[in-house]
Amino acid sequence: MAQAQAKYITMEEGFFAAFLVVIAFACLIIAGKTYDQVMAFHTAIGSLAAAVGAFLIFKKYFEGRAPVPQEINGKPNYNLGPIKFGAWAAVFWGVAGFTVGLIIALQLAYPALNFDLPWTNFGRLRPLHTSAVIFAFGGNVLLATSFYVVQRTSRARMPGTIAPWFVILGYNMFIVIAGTGYLLGATQSKEYAEPEWYADLWLTIVWVAYLLVFLGTLWKRKEPHIYVANWFYLAFIVTIAMLHIVNNLTVPVTIYGTKSYILWAGVQDAMVQWWYGHNAVGFFLTAGFLAIMYYFVPKRAERPVYSYRLSIVHFWALIFLYIWAGPHHLHYTALPQWASTLGATFSIILWMPSWGGMINGLMTLSGAWDKLRTDPVLRMMVVSIAFYGMSTFEGPLMSLRAVNSLSHYTDWTIGHVHSGALGWVGYISFGALYCLIPWLWNKKQVYSLKLVNWHFWISTIGIVLYICAMWVSGIMQGLMWRAYDSMGFLEYSFIETVEAMHPFYVIRALGGALFVAGSLIMAYNLWMTVRHGEAEEAETAPVGTMAPAE
Amino acid sequence: MSIWKKHEVLEKRSLVLVIAILVVVSIGGIVEIAPLFYLKSTIEKVEGMRPYTPLELAGRNVYIREGCYLCHSQMVRPMRDELERYGHFSLAAESMYDHPFQWGSKRTGPDLARVGGKYSDEWHRDHLVDPRSVVPESIMPGYPFLLNARVETRGISDHLKANAIVGVPYDEAQISEAARDLIAQASPDSDAVDSFLERYPDAIVRDFDGDPSKVTEMDALIAYLQMLGTLVDFSIYDNKANLR
Repeated sequence: MAQAQAKYITMEEGFFAAFLVVIAFACLIIAGKTYDQVMAFHTAIGSLAAAVGAFLIFKKYFEGRAPVPQEINGKPNYNLGPIKFGAWAAVFWGVAGFTVGLIIALQLAYPALNFDLPWTNFGRLRPLHTSAVIFAFGGNVLLATSFYVVQRTSRARMPGTIAPWFVILGYNMFIVIAGTGYLLGATQSKEYAEPEWYADLWLTIVWVAYLLVFLGTLWKRKEPHIYVANWFYLAFIVTIAMLHIVNNLTVPVTIYGTKSYILWAGVQDAMVQWWYGHNAVGFFLTAGFLAIMYYFVPKRAERPVYSYRLSIVHFWALIFLYIWAGPHHLHYTALPQWASTLGATFSIILWMPSWGGMINGLMTLSGAWDKLRTDPVLRMMVVSIAFYGMSTFEGPLMSLRAVNSLSHYTDWTIGHVHSGALGWVGYISFGALYCLIPWLWNKKQVYSLKLVNWHFWISTIGIVLYICAMWVSGIMQGLMWRAYDSMGFLEYSFIETVEAMHPFYVIRALGGALFVAGSLIMAYNLWMTVRHGEAEEAETAPVGTMAPAE
Repeated sequence: MSIWKKHEVLEKRSLVLVIAILVVVSIGGIVEIAPLFYLKSTIEKVEGMRPYTPLELAGRNVYIREGCYLCHSQMVRPMRDELERYGHFSLAAESMYDHPFQWGSKRTGPDLARVGGKYSDEWHRDHLVDPRSVVPESIMPGYPFLLNARVETRGISDHLKANAIVGVPYDEAQISEAARDLIAQASPDSDAVDSFLERYPDAIVRDFDGDPSKVTEMDALIAYLQMLGTLVDFSIYDNKANLR
């Protein structure tokens, strides 16, 4: 095994090389035969990328590099390369996705900014924004942190040499295909599942590889117990796979074209879509990021997780209950009432495990609350847990039919989503990145805690402006729609309610601009950390699992 | 043995944990989704529903491509103000041939479930080209490029065929004649109109965009908008028979 310089090709390398060659040729054939320009463009990219991938594997073979040791001086030789890539991809996509969000917010306030072109109109940019922030930014944060956490808590190197890179690069390839597809008009119009059939197929392959790499690391672990963060990562990976497959069962018009028709119709499609849609929130944006909370908050606070038993109870309760909540997106629609009642009921019950997670996260700080004054990174993560608590309180409230009849179709929903997305997902991700980048590059600390502080306050003001503007505009519009005058006529025409939104759309855009500014400060700070951060002296990096408190 | 001790089985065996997770997350979806396929009361019995004509389907695909569903719902809820503003509440039957559904989740603009027939073709064309020319306070983007984009007729039969595979009742003639039908619906003077109307008896045949020289995406989109919500005749629809 340890023969250096020997030219050999492992099973894994051979498999991936063959697979990529097949993909490259398949894409080439489709590119040649299609008259769909978007398909031609995407298969050209796909072919090129697969060919480059295969070339790199062969190049590695001919250079005959020595196998990577599993351990160095008795310590696990963690595979950090794909994590470094994922962390920076997250920063890049984050800034890009927030900026697109700002642009579409401005378009709603000043419609001239649509420029009347296909590629720049709101309808095409909005999925670009949601996918960029959820799947590109959030997804890369989840991939990077999960690879880091599962290796650390298992005290083992990820299996494979190609597989982890395939996962992270393949996933970002999916992002590029999806994003350019929206701009060029390829979408299946299912919210948060807009990418067309070929992108979905590719993501499925990448996701299977992801699950195998993750499980493979667990199988190599030197700890008897699987750490709690990894349960959440596993629930996220497995459930997203299930949701993704069921919600994207489509029949392509032809394999030479982008367009497909979904298997489900009308009311069943609506139910499947919101079963998917709400659990993209529940498992992508909640379970995955709770996993981040369960590793990074105890680590940063240097305290064990508050209650091990609470984490068991709220884990199983959360994943069981979340899946039921989808129909609350369909109150008073043509969905049968029994389904929407079930959705609302479980949404209310879901409040409990959500707050179980919040309590477990917040109480982890017991005995370390003073650090909030001195450590803006920890403060960011704690505020994110507070936002989690707030939006998981607001969510069940909005799932009640009486409240929903007012809030649905209005900006209140948009505000609710953003208190969760900016406050919870955004902040816990920023906190994780502020921890992760110094660890990955062996630095003592981020370049400047002062800049972290600036990021925190600027973006907090941004979030508050955003969600308050949306509360006011949402509730106001809902009330205006149902207002009657003394004669018994509808008081406002629809367009009057649109006009009334203008000031709030301006305020919302201002809030968004502050959030973008904060993310730019973060990008600069992280860049300077890598370039000029003070090096960690000895390899005393964080070890293994934290002892859970019982 | 305490329950916490038993839980260790899951904490120590990753595959058991994965299977347990899969079982736990499957239950809700199965209970909520599966009955919708066999409970007969899910979709009301109505008369008048037909599959989209090829031109309407092409228009619907433009609607999807441009992301119209992100600002316009197609789902009137049974509330006094919505019934007055938009018309009869939407039925599940009205989207039974919709792959995918277009109910939407946000009303930045008004609901479109029953927009068919409410405005003239000219109004729609002017509004889509420059919304603020007809509604000064509108914040909708303009879509002038639809006027110059010819509808793709190549492969339109395959679109109907794919719909047939997922359950839309297109017959063989509708599939094989799709390209001719698409052009015919926007060309009132053509000879193909009669056979088109045999296949789609109640469809509207008009030059929707006012440009007889070509069949554009504007034709297609307006044809789609003008039929939205018009298929079910609510003067003879029996609400009580479908109470659920």
